[in-house]
Amino acid sequence: MTYRDRPEAIAALVQDDRVHRDLYLSEELFALEQERFFARTWLYVGHASQVPTAGDFWSLELAGRPVMMVRQADGALRVFYNRCAHKGSRLVSDECGNTGKFFRCPYHAWTYKLDGAPLAIPLKSGYEGTRLKECESGRGLTELKHTAVYRDFVFVRLADEGPGFEEFFGEVLGAIDNMVDRSPEGRLTVGGGVLRNIIHCNWKMYLENINDTVHPMSTHESATQAADALWQGRAPDAPKPMAMEQILPFGSGYDFFDKMGGRVFANGHSVLGVNFSIHSNYAQLPDYEEAMRNAHGAERAIEILQRSPQNSVFFPSLSVKGSPQAIRVIRPLAANLTLIEAWSFRAAGAPELLFERAMSYNRLVFSPMSVVAHDDVHLFESMQQGLRAEGNEWISLHRNFDPSELQQSTITTNGTNELLMRNQFRAWAKYMAPGMEAQA
Amino acid sequence: MAPEDFIAAEAALLDAGRFDDWLALFAEDGHYWVPLQGAAQADPVSHNSIAYEDRLLLALRIERLKNPRAHSQHPASHSQHVLQRSRIEREDDGSGEVLLHTPFLYVESRGEQQLLLAGSLRHRLVRTVAGWAIRQKRVDLLNAGRALPAIQLFI
Repeated sequence: MTYRDRPEAIAALVQDDRVHRDLYLSEELFALEQERFFARTWLYVGHASQVPTAGDFWSLELAGRPVMMVRQADGALRVFYNRCAHKGSRLVSDECGNTGKFFRCPYHAWTYKLDGAPLAIPLKSGYEGTRLKECESGRGLTELKHTAVYRDFVFVRLADEGPGFEEFFGEVLGAIDNMVDRSPEGRLTVGGGVLRNIIHCNWKMYLENINDTVHPMSTHESATQAADALWQGRAPDAPKPMAMEQILPFGSGYDFFDKMGGRVFANGHSVLGVNFSIHSNYAQLPDYEEAMRNAHGAERAIEILQRSPQNSVFFPSLSVKGSPQAIRVIRPLAANLTLIEAWSFRAAGAPELLFERAMSYNRLVFSPMSVVAHDDVHLFESMQQGLRAEGNEWISLHRNFDPSELQQSTITTNGTNELLMRNQFRAWAKYMAPGMEAQA
Repeated sequence: MAPEDFIAAEAALLDAGRFDDWLALFAEDGHYWVPLQGAAQADPVSHNSIAYEDRLLLALRIERLKNPRAHSQHPASHSQHVLQRSRIEREDDGSGEVLLHTPFLYVESRGEQQLLLAGSLRHRLVRTVAGWAIRQKRVDLLNAGRALPAIQLFI
């Protein structure tokens, strides 16, 4: 054991301007992440629209633990561990469905109400005089007590220790507001299914890359050159198919990405593209803009629609795009294995075209067949291999490092500043340290 | 050429890496479609797809593969389609269309990695003066909705 009982060794892995390769390679650190880091931070579970009706459930694995989000009879949402109190069988093994008025374990028919309370056990008299009622097994399902539903986005903190929800996310929550407010009715629903990718790399590589504005020119050169070649010779004002509208901006230069600007917040969160982004120039939709003005007032409508950041990172499990209305969910599976999900949203009261944009973008950029993602995935997997080399155990994050950044939490800066990544690692070190105090 | 033979020849072009020749098999309005719900999916609009591409997007994919800086093609991917015999599901003399169903195994290898996919191809072919053309090639994967690694070539 190199790290478990040596907090100073973990702290030494994150220097001001670089990080050690063990963050990506060490299986011991991954186990400690599951135990500490992913337990104390707030993780995205799912969207309320995935479970619209009482008895609906959505099950998933969160930091190695089986959990399920359940719609209650009174309309509330609760999140439980997906584990029978008796012997540990999962209560549901389908990803989603409706359980009716109660959960019934398929093994010995122990039943539970939707709120997790124990309902019935066969051969009840056999438990008379035993200690069942006084122990965990007699108390029904274990609920994740630290659950927060923010404008239908559901998050949990697995551990009792750690910051409160608002304290943890702070101002970055504005990125969810921006996405939801793009619905004139203030309501989103997931739609069109979820694209799932399995990548043989550490989860941090994916999350860093969401904030990496210097890679598109070289990483995506083949895709953008092909798009340019097919599109060249057309009049600048020729109507672009949606796919071209979405792919061509990937070829923007360093200057574009630098000037889009970025902002970091405490606890690893960030917004990239505070000034503009590759999503800023999608075709205008006059009817929709009118609906937005009617819903929000002219000034607020402009404010919402003009804000199209590239990516807003809800460290460490979620990345949000307000336009197109799409999110990516980061699910670390092992030190060298990561699941990425891409979800599309429909905005109530907005034209179907916005939903089509979300699906189209996810399909073009985040599908297992995406010509854009192929080169990203190749490079993530290549780094996972390359880091095993000797002679240099460090990953450089020096670009635009300024010692004064260490004293501040919210900083607005240029879009190519690696501060957006350094900020993630500083949060990582903070939540990996042993012995955090429990908070409400 | 019998439509069943056309299907076999189409897959052989892909496995030989002759992507320009393959693209030329598509009708002007032709589409390549890998639905996210596999065989259960009704249409490419109401639900998302792993791929839904017209000739322009297919051409983009093929142009990229020719670029020496298509990093994910170092080392290069190779494919092998293993097709069951195609079965004609419907023929429409009026439109000149024929629908074929072809169960398949698809292997894509790259370096040390090998990917195995299974499912059914559904071709909508249209008769032209030059022979058959693909109006739609639909690839219904068994596990389309589950996590997949990168699929770099054409199933």
